[in-house]
Amino acid sequence: MNTDLRKKYWKENLKYLAILLSIWFLVSYVFGILLVEQLNIIKFGGFKLGFWFAQQGSIYVFVILIFVYIRLMNKLDKKYNLDE
Amino acid sequence: MDIQTWTWVLVGVTFTLYIGIAIWSRASSTGEFYVAGKGVHPIANGLATAADWMSAASFISMAGIISFGGYDGSVYLMGWTGGYVLLALLLAPYLRKFGKFTVPDFIGDRYYSNIARVVAVLCALIVSFTYVAGQMRGVGLVFSRFLEVDIDTGVIIGMFIVLFYAVLGGMKGITYTQVAQYCVLIFAFMVPAIFISIQMTGNPIPQIGFGSSGSDGVYLLDKLDGLHRELGFHEYTSGSKTKIDVFFITAALMVGTAGLPHVIVRFFTVKKVSDARKSAGWALLFIAILYTTAPAIAVFARTNMIETVSNQKYEDLPDWFSNWETTGLITFDDKNKDGRVQYVADASKNELTVDKDIMVLANPEIARLPNWVIALVAAGGLAAALSTAAGLLLVISSSISHDIIKKIVNPKITENGELIAARLSAVVAVIIAGWFGINPPDFVAATVALAFGLAAASFFPAIVLGIFYKRMNKEGAIAGMVVGILLMLFYMMKFKFDWFGGGTKEDWWFGISPEGFGTVAMIVNFIVSLIISSFTPEPPKEVQEIVDNIRIPNNAGKATH
Repeated sequence: MNTDLRKKYWKENLKYLAILLSIWFLVSYVFGILLVEQLNIIKFGGFKLGFWFAQQGSIYVFVILIFVYIRLMNKLDKKYNLDE
Repeated sequence: MDIQTWTWVLVGVTFTLYIGIAIWSRASSTGEFYVAGKGVHPIANGLATAADWMSAASFISMAGIISFGGYDGSVYLMGWTGGYVLLALLLAPYLRKFGKFTVPDFIGDRYYSNIARVVAVLCALIVSFTYVAGQMRGVGLVFSRFLEVDIDTGVIIGMFIVLFYAVLGGMKGITYTQVAQYCVLIFAFMVPAIFISIQMTGNPIPQIGFGSSGSDGVYLLDKLDGLHRELGFHEYTSGSKTKIDVFFITAALMVGTAGLPHVIVRFFTVKKVSDARKSAGWALLFIAILYTTAPAIAVFARTNMIETVSNQKYEDLPDWFSNWETTGLITFDDKNKDGRVQYVADASKNELTVDKDIMVLANPEIARLPNWVIALVAAGGLAAALSTAAGLLLVISSSISHDIIKKIVNPKITENGELIAARLSAVVAVIIAGWFGINPPDFVAATVALAFGLAAASFFPAIVLGIFYKRMNKEGAIAGMVVGILLMLFYMMKFKFDWFGGGTKEDWWFGISPEGFGTVAMIVNFIVSLIISSFTPEPPKEVQEIVDNIRIPNNAGKATH
């Protein structure tokens, strides 16, 4: 595999990381910690939204993020013929 | 059957299963001993990682901590799951492509230096030993409570079991026992949770149940907030820690999780890079089942406990109360002599102290569940403690036989010689761990939580920079790791053990607790590494090629020396 292609592959990978890690930061640090009081004003069922993100929602999103990452990377590997 | 008979039966059956698996999957080469021959299926690896990861602390203590802390407990929930996102995206695939046996292997080769390797081995040993001592103690506690043998005998039984399957089976044996242990522990955790959720809310899914209302039509969480206000505690859903501290503790736990060597090494056991990504996903899914249930158990147990004991006559309390009183984990001191239990926030009026660990262990009794469920919790606690202990012991033994003996002291050692060395170091490690379990030094409990800070402050920056920053050289990485771990040790000793002049909460730097300080030490590590590396020569060509190579996923190949 030549250097140009390697660089392109790596760049796309970094772009995915930046997007997924922003969501990771948003649901835990922003929704679960920094803005927790503001979100707690909103209620669904018996949950205050900020509290729910801190103890439930962020974990669900983490799981989804990793599976989305797996899919994106499998596609990317295929595109560059790096899959096995 | 009574609880004790049930417990002996369930513990006996599960232990026989673990030993059977170990005999069936014993290791015959160093590749199998260290990384299970790199042939583990990603789902099996996900299960094993989940068991490896969830320790006695996750199984026994975490729901209790959340139960008493309310929102404050969120740091553990987010911290100990969010780390897997970092692990999956930033570390696992690249380390698998690198294709060696241990974390110090990567640090030593990537930073072309045996000094870096030794620093990494020392960090791995410090982190793993503080962690394993707590596990052996956990085994002893479960034995003593449920089987009425004393704690020390319990620790020794646990030592023999772990010794048997870790020494015989190596990583291969551990992997498949951990798969079985995950099944045992998750079943043991979920059965009481589902029962109690149905009892209290009518909903069989605990994750939804704790957001529903009880038979009186009031939302459970609202009721609990009300009870807390009444008794003078902070509201359950809002917590008492400062925002900056919650932020930093969560970050330290996340990054620490991603930097723990016994977790990282699990991703070396799969066949290819895409399998390493997949197993991180499965691992987190399996972990999330327990971690999203724990806050529900916390709410159920807290409400149940307050409603059962608060302002009740002492002689009217149910049997479980006196059962646990005899273990000393619940104490009642009738300060105002009215014969009733006053459970309030004000320490001068409060008459009840409850150890946080019993929230999970006593929960089935409090909810009057059948005896076999109570026994199941004991078997689950043992599975959680044993699986984590085994994973840690393997890191310790491979650090010694592979990173020290094979790579530094005697590179000419034969395959067989190394395998014997690995088994002997596992035996020594079990004995030391057992000794710590029987004579726990006071600092063990305090340092287990801080092991994460230590891992965050040392490994994480060195590994991430090693992958994502080609220009990072040995001078920068070594300086960063040394400064990071020393700074963390200093802060921990100052504020936890009162050394270097000690200090109280008011003296914390920027209001950050020692538990959250790992984040600061990690940032310092990054800065030191970057500055030092910019003044020193760039790494040699071959090393830059290694970095190029690990960024591309194909041809990960078999385990190589």
